Amino acid sequence: MPGWRRARLTERTDQTATGRTLTFEVARWPGHLPGQHVDVRLTAADGYQAVRSYSLAAPADTDRIELGVQAVPGGEVSPYLADDLPVDAEVEVKGPLGGWFVWTPEEPGPLLLIAGGSGIVPLMAMLRARLASASDAPCTLLYSVRGPDEVWYATELDSAAQHTHIRRLYTRLAPADSERPAGRVTKLDLPPAEGSRCYVCGPTGFVEHVSALLLGAGHAPDQIRTERFG
Amino acid sequence: MNEQEHPLYLDGNALAGPLGEIFTTDPTTAWRLCPSCRLPATMAQLHVYGPEPGLTARCPGCAAIALRVVTQPGYLWLQLGSGAGAFRFARPHITS
Ligand SMILES: Cc1cc2nc3c(=O)[nH]c(=O)nc-3n(C[C@H](O)[C@H](O)[C@H](O)COP(=O)(O)OP(=O)(O)OC[C@H]3O[C@@H](n4cnc5c(N)ncnc54)[C@H](O)[C@@H]3O)c2cc1C
Ligand SMILES: [Zn+2]
Repeated sequence: MPGWRRARLTERTDQTATGRTLTFEVARWPGHLPGQHVDVRLTAADGYQAVRSYSLAAPADTDRIELGVQAVPGGEVSPYLADDLPVDAEVEVKGPLGGWFVWTPEEPGPLLLIAGGSGIVPLMAMLRARLASASDAPCTLLYSVRGPDEVWYATELDSAAQHTHIRRLYTRLAPADSERPAGRVTKLDLPPAEGSRCYVCGPTGFVEHVSALLLGAGHAPDQIRTERFG
Repeated sequence: MNEQEHPLYLDGNALAGPLGEIFTTDPTTAWRLCPSCRLPATMAQLHVYGPEPGLTARCPGCAAIALRVVTQPGYLWLQLGSGAGAFRFARPHITS
């Protein structure tokens, strides 16, 4: 396995008040599969190092990788990456990592993606790969967010909704035209099981809750793949 | 959420980075049958508890310890199962 590679921040885009898309340039990046992550290492002037995992938000694209970072209040690494790391500065990345939480267009059958908050990041790589593929198997994205201000990739998801089934599930504050009252995901929000391959990503409590719902709705345990962000 | 009844944990996916330093293939797709409860699981499906730099991976069915990994600046310690002793690997310092 390769070691640490230098990654230069080339672009930062606001997704929400505290969520950022970061694009890095990594020389000789070997490519990756949708769903994989990298470990990011920061080194302070005194040699102190901190390592955190961040998911790849887009399918492989030469030497560019896109990450999505949600600033966690009081966090050691995420607020720095989100707002303080200057453009053109370097960090180190290791990856691509993880061969389990991945989806590729060769995978046949229906796809069910369920994201909580910043858990959208790796699922976005899968959705983008699915849209770029010839597959016409059903694809559903359920995206649980507190309110309309917390939606990442809003414009892109609106246009993706013409080709796939995308539903935003508001947990705290639903817009007036929402067909569903605000509240956490319930079994009524799930599409029929239909042998779908399911990917669930987000905070640990969210992933726990949704996995239990999926099992209760008849999804096979070996078809459910999860990534807990902590 | 109550920390006591619901401690924060990650999936075994998160071990891909730390263990990637000492495995030549991705260890997180490796398959295991739990000797305590007979539940099969890949490493990615284990439940991983911190805090860093020590990570404990437990069976998702019965919480038996599958492995422990501790990363130090110069070394990585790996223990398979519990009470079986730990292997100390010198960490390579590769930067490309
Ligand atoms: C495989 C994997 C992929 C990940 N992908 C992403 C990603 O794409 N985008 C992303 O933003 N994060 C992702 N994470 C989470 C990320 O690695 C960090 O845990 C997160 O950024 C917090 O780091 P920190 O140093 O800011 O906070 P820390 O200083 O480590 O923690 C500060 C406090 O925040 C709590 N906390 C830790 N993580 C979270 C969290 N995610 N949400 C809320 N509270 C938290 C801790 O319990 C602690 O109390 C991923 C994690 C894993 C394991
Ligand atoms: Zn077990």
